[in-house]
Amino acid sequence: MRRRLDVLICSGTACLSSHSAKLRDALVRAIADQGLEDEVRLVETGCMGPCELGPVILVYPDGSFYVRVTPEDAPEIVAEHFLKGRPVSRLLWETPQARRIVEEKKQVPFFGKQKKVVLANCGRIDPESLEEAIAAGGYEALGKVLTQMEPTDVIAEISASGLRGRGGAGFLAGKKWEFVAAAKGSPKYVVCNGDEGDPGAFMDRSLLEGDPHAVIEGMAIAAYAVGANHGVVYVRAEYPLAIRRLRGALDDARAMGLLGKDILETGFSFDIELRMGAGAFVCGEETALLASVAGDKGYPRPRPPYPATSGLYGKPTLINNVETIGNVRHILLHGAAWFRSIGTPSSPGTKVFALSGKVANTGLVEVPMGTTLRELIFDIGGGIPDGKAFKAVQTGGPSGGCIPAEALDTPIDYESLTALGTIMGSGGVIVMDEDNCMVNIAQYFLDFTAGESCGQCVPCRAGLPRMLDILRRIASGAGAPADVDRLREAAEMIKTTSLCGLGQTAPNPVLSTLRYFGEEYREHIEEGRCRARACVDLVTYRIDPAACKACNRCALACPVEAIRGTPGRPPYVINEETCIRCGTCREVCPFDAVRVLTGRDRIVNQGQREA
Amino acid sequence: MKLEDLRRIRERASKDLGLRTGKARVRIVVGMGTSGIAAGARDVLAAFLDEVAKRDLTDVLVTQTGERGLASAEPVVEVYEEGRPTIVYGDMTPEKARRVVAEHIVNGSPVSDYTIEVREG
Repeated sequence: MRRRLDVLICSGTACLSSHSAKLRDALVRAIADQGLEDEVRLVETGCMGPCELGPVILVYPDGSFYVRVTPEDAPEIVAEHFLKGRPVSRLLWETPQARRIVEEKKQVPFFGKQKKVVLANCGRIDPESLEEAIAAGGYEALGKVLTQMEPTDVIAEISASGLRGRGGAGFLAGKKWEFVAAAKGSPKYVVCNGDEGDPGAFMDRSLLEGDPHAVIEGMAIAAYAVGANHGVVYVRAEYPLAIRRLRGALDDARAMGLLGKDILETGFSFDIELRMGAGAFVCGEETALLASVAGDKGYPRPRPPYPATSGLYGKPTLINNVETIGNVRHILLHGAAWFRSIGTPSSPGTKVFALSGKVANTGLVEVPMGTTLRELIFDIGGGIPDGKAFKAVQTGGPSGGCIPAEALDTPIDYESLTALGTIMGSGGVIVMDEDNCMVNIAQYFLDFTAGESCGQCVPCRAGLPRMLDILRRIASGAGAPADVDRLREAAEMIKTTSLCGLGQTAPNPVLSTLRYFGEEYREHIEEGRCRARACVDLVTYRIDPAACKACNRCALACPVEAIRGTPGRPPYVINEETCIRCGTCREVCPFDAVRVLTGRDRIVNQGQREA
Repeated sequence: MKLEDLRRIRERASKDLGLRTGKARVRIVVGMGTSGIAAGARDVLAAFLDEVAKRDLTDVLVTQTGERGLASAEPVVEVYEEGRPTIVYGDMTPEKARRVVAEHIVNGSPVSDYTIEVREG
């Protein structure tokens, strides 16, 4: 009997946390109940991207895409769709705006504008099956390299492709490979940096979980090119599923002679060791990572010497990020010219972005470089939910900057983002709407980087907390006009004098919000006003007596019992002393009677109450 | 293992991914609505799957669809082929299914005895 349906169930971390494992079990049972075991195969894949909608299921060959499926839905899907061929329309993807049912994956706008290169196999193959990886073209590039190319040819191809490091700074991969190949010293090492630490960024995790063999193959090709026989993958311990799948993939590749001694009987030997990081953000910095692998404290050190000449155990070391490595096999299989046909002249290829924040479709997307932020956020991301207005987008994780609506039509590449005062970074994209206060946002990111400072150099260790103090002061309404200058001065000093990338980039959120949203800082300082009504010290919650219908909902919902009133006898009143400004009353009020006052309105209100 | 061995594994394993690549010369669609199932469409579908597997026809996709409304002729089977008219077969049985695979799918001549409709394009 031949299979007629492949049912791909997303088993990425996000879907697993929305109980995709229970759904899988329910599907297995329902398929058995209908006697379809031989005709229908369940495949657990890596992340498909639209994590907001998980658990998701993709059914081939018809391409039906089910979202937010529960275990209770399983019998219906199996009986109606798998048996009778009638897709269950209520569970198929709908776009948030149009509410129009689309039945085919290619019509889903979330997928339509994407170009999957690095993530092509994620969500398509079973990541725990080496055979499926091979069927999807896995290890063909390695075979080609080992049998037909000299190491110098491989480096020339990578250089010609213009591939740039996807981990942050965008350094040319070909140059790095050249330096390591030319460096004197033995043995040489290839290290893959999977210490993905930016809050909200998970492209590396997704590739490691969804297509681990792509990483292994990329590393083996790199090792052949630079003359290394030892590799290390450094993955943070918070990625247990990535670690499990990678470990399994390493074992499978070894068993089949694709890793270890005499790979593909070509005489080339290479093996990879898996190392887990304990989760320090600074260990994503290459010299700190190498120290951590060697068993030392995860401290960065001054460069030069660069790892290319003195890296792991003081030996020449090639260190590339997971996504960079993920591009390697595609470039060698399809050629540098093909790679350059995607993206922009200075930034060829695609980039994976992790969309999060105030955007309808959060998740993982891969687009050609040069795609605009508007396309990313409004077309693929589906825009801002709840009819709110877009305010800013933060790219590049906690070291990146916030850029305003005017910059939305900028094509994304390394240079354009730097010109705007932010960075590509690892590809985090956090969308903010009118309810986000930019002072508050700057404080949030700085709080993260200050906490992750390794404490080795003074500007970062002592300077970031000082900046944080000033931001807290401004957010509480106690700021002085000179505080803005103090912030700028501290930021410039920390940027120029810190030892490593963490300190050098940590002030970016503050500098970029000062540059584009300086007016908000001024309002906080001079008017005691937070226009987003997010800074709790600058807002007062009040019930509008004219709108209140005394339904009692707010009083029941208030977590600190700050609202008093009698049902049916308006108005209800909020006790400002006990109120913690959590906003719950405003959310539950069916009559929109809860007002949030800030600035002058708030002061007037207080005056009235005191009089 | 040599590169040739790797390619052999790929050839064998890629049949397994055929459903996901969407490339097929012929699509055999079995009507699996309630009346189709009542009339024996399950066995017809199984026969198609079995026969296609036995002959190792990697470019043939067997799939199912819902009711088409022609209850009196169930089980109904449609055969889509690129560049050729779509053939609709009615009153199918597992035996007829095997004959359709042999004569129509493999040898290219539709079985006129079972044909109830020919759709151009």
